[in-house]
Amino acid sequence: MNRIPPFERFYESHKGEVLAFLRRRADRDRADDLFQETFLRALHAYNRLEHGEHLRAWVLTIAANAVVDAARRERPTAELAVEPAGEDERPALEELAPLTDGLPPKERAAVVLRYGYDLDYDTIGAALGSNEQAARQAASAGVRRLRKEKEQR
Amino acid sequence: MTGVPTVLDERFRAAAAASGELDVAYDVLDDTPVGRLLVGISDRGLCRVSFDPSPEAELERLARSFGPRVLRAPKAIDRVRRELDEYFTGSRQAFDLELDLRATPEFHRRVLEELNRVEYGHTTTYGTLAAQVGAPRAARAVGTVMNRNPIPIVLPCHRVVGASGSLTGYGGGLDRKEWLLRLEGALL
Repeated sequence: MNRIPPFERFYESHKGEVLAFLRRRADRDRADDLFQETFLRALHAYNRLEHGEHLRAWVLTIAANAVVDAARRERPTAELAVEPAGEDERPALEELAPLTDGLPPKERAAVVLRYGYDLDYDTIGAALGSNEQAARQAASAGVRRLRKEKEQR
Repeated sequence: MTGVPTVLDERFRAAAAASGELDVAYDVLDDTPVGRLLVGISDRGLCRVSFDPSPEAELERLARSFGPRVLRAPKAIDRVRRELDEYFTGSRQAFDLELDLRATPEFHRRVLEELNRVEYGHTTTYGTLAAQVGAPRAARAVGTVMNRNPIPIVLPCHRVVGASGSLTGYGGGLDRKEWLLRLEGALL
């Protein structure tokens, strides 16, 4: 199992890609703000990570959520569809992605981080900019929704 | 790959330091009179000064000792940088900095605390320090403590010499020990 690298190395390895990702989804000023928010959220959750696997997909998930949250702050009532990041940007999501694509963004992120990355709820909450309880609720709501969809199929 | 503009990079590093969530903030001082120095600070105080740092190895070591949230954050060490500058130019004789020795074993810490009482421009010997911590026959062990001093310069292991007055050794190399002692006027 990979050890968690010093944050400096994690940041240096992913900062360029995260900024590019954000600039494809938001105008430049917004993307610059979200860049800082993304890495502050990552920093907040970082010492609760249990291993150093899939850090790239992890930080891109955080970035995608920061985009959704920012848009929601601006248009609180609008229903937002998250644009998928593109297959190449989320290798570790590949298995879960087709199953979870229909979920609302927060539930999807919670399910993916919980079952795809095996993170605990405390860490997921931090990564999503909320808390443990909200992360737990989002993941279980997501799972319930997936079950229902499966039954209806 | 998008290059991250310097201003954005610096803004994040400053925000990370201000968030209080870093285990260690560090910077590398490139041109001090004793060469390149890596300086690291935790929420409790100065925790590392390292000569000729090899950043990769040093970051791993800091992460193991203090936690993985280790980030270069130049602003966070402004005060240490200023005090070191003053020391190197001869205008400061004592550092006014909190120190974080939590990653240092108990015996080492006791010796380093005793060492911290040796004043600017004075020297002591390994044997004297050993006696002061109640282990008079542990002069050699005291030598090891000096060699592994995590915060050289500030914790003045350069002020410890052999019983005969010879410089003996220094983790950062004898040239530096000699330079520091000359700076302090302890060597003619």
